[in-house]
Amino acid sequence: MNIIVCIKQVPETTEVRINPETNTLIREGVKSIINPFDLYALEEGVRLKEKFGGKVTVVTMGPPQAESSLREAVSLGADEGVLVSDRAFAGSDTWATSYTLSCAIRKIGQESGGFDVILCGKQASDGDTAQVGPGISTFLKIPQVTYVKKIEEIKEKSARVERMTEEGYDIIQVPLPVLFTVVKEINEPRLPSLKGMMRAKSAKLITWSGKDIQADPNGIGLNGSPTKVVKIFTPPPRTGGQMLRGETPDIVGKLVSELRSEVH
Amino acid sequence: MGIQVIQDKCTGCTLCVKTCPFGAVTVVKKKAVIDLHKCTLCGACVDACKFKAILLEKETVQKSSVDISGYKGVWVFAEQKKGKVQSVSYELIGKARELADKLDTYVGAILLGHSVEDQAQELIWSGADTVYLVDAPQLANFQDEPYTTVLVELIRKYKPEIVLTGATFIGRSLVSRVAVTINTGLTADCTGLDIDKEKKLLLQTRPAFGGNIMATIVTPNHRPQMSTVRHKVMPLPISDKHKKGKVIKEVFSLDQLNSRSKLLDVVEEVENLVNLAEADIIVSGGRGLGGPENFKLLEELAQVLGGAVGSSRAAVDAGWIPYSHQVGQTGRTVAPKIYFACGISGQIQHLVGMQSSKIIVAINKDPDAPIFKVATYGIAGDLFEIIPSLTKEFKKILKV
Ligand SMILES: Cc1cc2nc3c(=O)[nH]c(=O)nc-3n(C[C@H](O)[C@H](O)[C@H](O)COP(=O)(O)OP(=O)(O)OC[C@H]3O[C@@H](n4cnc5c(N)ncnc54)[C@H](O)[C@@H]3O)c2cc1C
Ligand SMILES: Nc1ncnc2c1ncn2[C@@H]1O[C@H](COP(=O)(O)O)[C@@H](O)[C@H]1O
Repeated sequence: MNIIVCIKQVPETTEVRINPETNTLIREGVKSIINPFDLYALEEGVRLKEKFGGKVTVVTMGPPQAESSLREAVSLGADEGVLVSDRAFAGSDTWATSYTLSCAIRKIGQESGGFDVILCGKQASDGDTAQVGPGISTFLKIPQVTYVKKIEEIKEKSARVERMTEEGYDIIQVPLPVLFTVVKEINEPRLPSLKGMMRAKSAKLITWSGKDIQADPNGIGLNGSPTKVVKIFTPPPRTGGQMLRGETPDIVGKLVSELRSEVH
Repeated sequence: MGIQVIQDKCTGCTLCVKTCPFGAVTVVKKKAVIDLHKCTLCGACVDACKFKAILLEKETVQKSSVDISGYKGVWVFAEQKKGKVQSVSYELIGKARELADKLDTYVGAILLGHSVEDQAQELIWSGADTVYLVDAPQLANFQDEPYTTVLVELIRKYKPEIVLTGATFIGRSLVSRVAVTINTGLTADCTGLDIDKEKKLLLQTRPAFGGNIMATIVTPNHRPQMSTVRHKVMPLPISDKHKKGKVIKEVFSLDQLNSRSKLLDVVEEVENLVNLAEADIIVSGGRGLGGPENFKLLEELAQVLGGAVGSSRAAVDAGWIPYSHQVGQTGRTVAPKIYFACGISGQIQHLVGMQSSKIIVAINKDPDAPIFKVATYGIAGDLFEIIPSLTKEFKKILKV
């Protein structure tokens, strides 16, 4: 089984600040990690490989330093890593990101006899859009199941999975190749193994440019992005209100009368 | 754009069949046949063919060539489940009305489902001028592919300038596909929408980095301008029973309604009866509850208030409550009218999921717990004493 996992490198905390003069994010000094949801996607990919054989290729689109996330993914069980990196990708919105990743995945598929399952995280912690996964499957013209919380079974090129909904979950049968986006409930990611860390150090990673993946120059980066950010601002931070003090009956009485108009 | 086999040159050698990553090529009567449903135009077969018998014209991604002036109307995807339009869709109809009035245009509601015509009236009363109804058994429940096909076709036919969808599980899956297919921009999870009067552009404001930053985004050269919008940020419109509108029924072929994925079953989890995203009041518990049995205290309070139960990740990881209740960075983002945080310390990953709630009530033994920094009302005390007493008091005044 050929499995592809899309991982994104994101800042460790969401406590980012903006430079008031340039209106851009201050990224210096913030450690980078693999997007938390993508670790679940990776773990699920590695488990599929352990069950069905094959290999796991991780792919990330980002600046050269995103390579460290690929190495980390190798230490967690991925076999190969592809960094898709090009100055021309700068300013990509979800349309351009999905397009670029789909070109890269097509190339991975061509070089390794196709692919069966593409795994993405539910959403990235910096952008929170949840649009890139479905975008990729649309460009590749393959089916998708989003918010997957369990892969029940895969046989004869068809998978049965559970998709989380607001009320519970749906059970869906879908033919391969397919793209899944996964939620945290799907598994518990393992920690890197010693062997994995050794492998990660020496792993040979591939880097592709826009040209390498034959991306249409009009479809990438700022040019290829239908949406444009016109303003970025920090909302006034939420500040604490009042502490209610006293004996329990007083506190409770006070709180109930404060909330009275909001409850029916 | 397209791929084709030049019959004269094809020898039926099957080299292309073996190289196709998608299993899209077969040889029938000694000639290659490409199944366009499976083909992704990757070109692997073109390179593999020794006889130059496959011709591929790659679609160039065309940009900004749309004439945007031909697009009119503000549309809302009316998400229905079990035949009932969801409240977030009504919230959006209300917003769409306001935007349409500013643009001097109409409000359209897209209603897909089976036997759902009875829902059209309420959509009109809420503010829609036209309801586009597609009624078919294949559309009874949401499925990515047929829903995408239908929405794409309707957009191509009627050319709305704006399309709004709830940022629900369904909405986000669906319109991500639609936006890519029709080659336009999509802004996720908006909390503010307005019109730039001069440029007649939709200003879409959304949180990023867990709400620590807000960004305003536009789609200047592509149409429609599409956004998904969070629950509970737009007020519900008041239903006006005198308002008139029309229903346009659209029919689709079986082929268009085909889905490669099949929905086998819809499972509802009983403990989830009140949907977190739609709840006006959420009572959440964390590690401070000490054990799974104590969630009962929160359920009782939630029940009295007609709310839902949420939790921190620590409580989920301990196995006290299912993941679907988790609020925060790796769980749900919620913004109810009142959020009770009981025995939750208030780590940043939890806060990003709930800090846009209108009122936050925090109950924590530790007076220095970070949750108090965002709480509207803070109580430094023992939840085992305070919660039952709160429940009792609310019961009294609400008479339940
Ligand atoms: C990548 C990543 C993603 C994460 N995503 C999430 C997420 O989505 N959601 C989330 O919630 N967390 C998330 N976390 C975890 C988060 O950092 C915290 O660990 C977690 O929120 C802590 O849960 P808690 O507040 O219930 O537990 P604790 O931090 O242990 O706090 C328990 C609190 O209960 C109080 N308490 C104890 N007994 C009582 C009592 N009798 N009465 C009143 N108060 C009492 C204590 O004073 C304490 O403040 C994430 C972490 C990481 C690294
Ligand atoms: N630059 C990227 N490189 C690789 N994968 C990505 C990238 N951006 C997004 N993804 C994948 O798409 C998912 C959803 O991201 P988003 O749509 O940005 O919320 C992530 O969890 C990743 O799996």
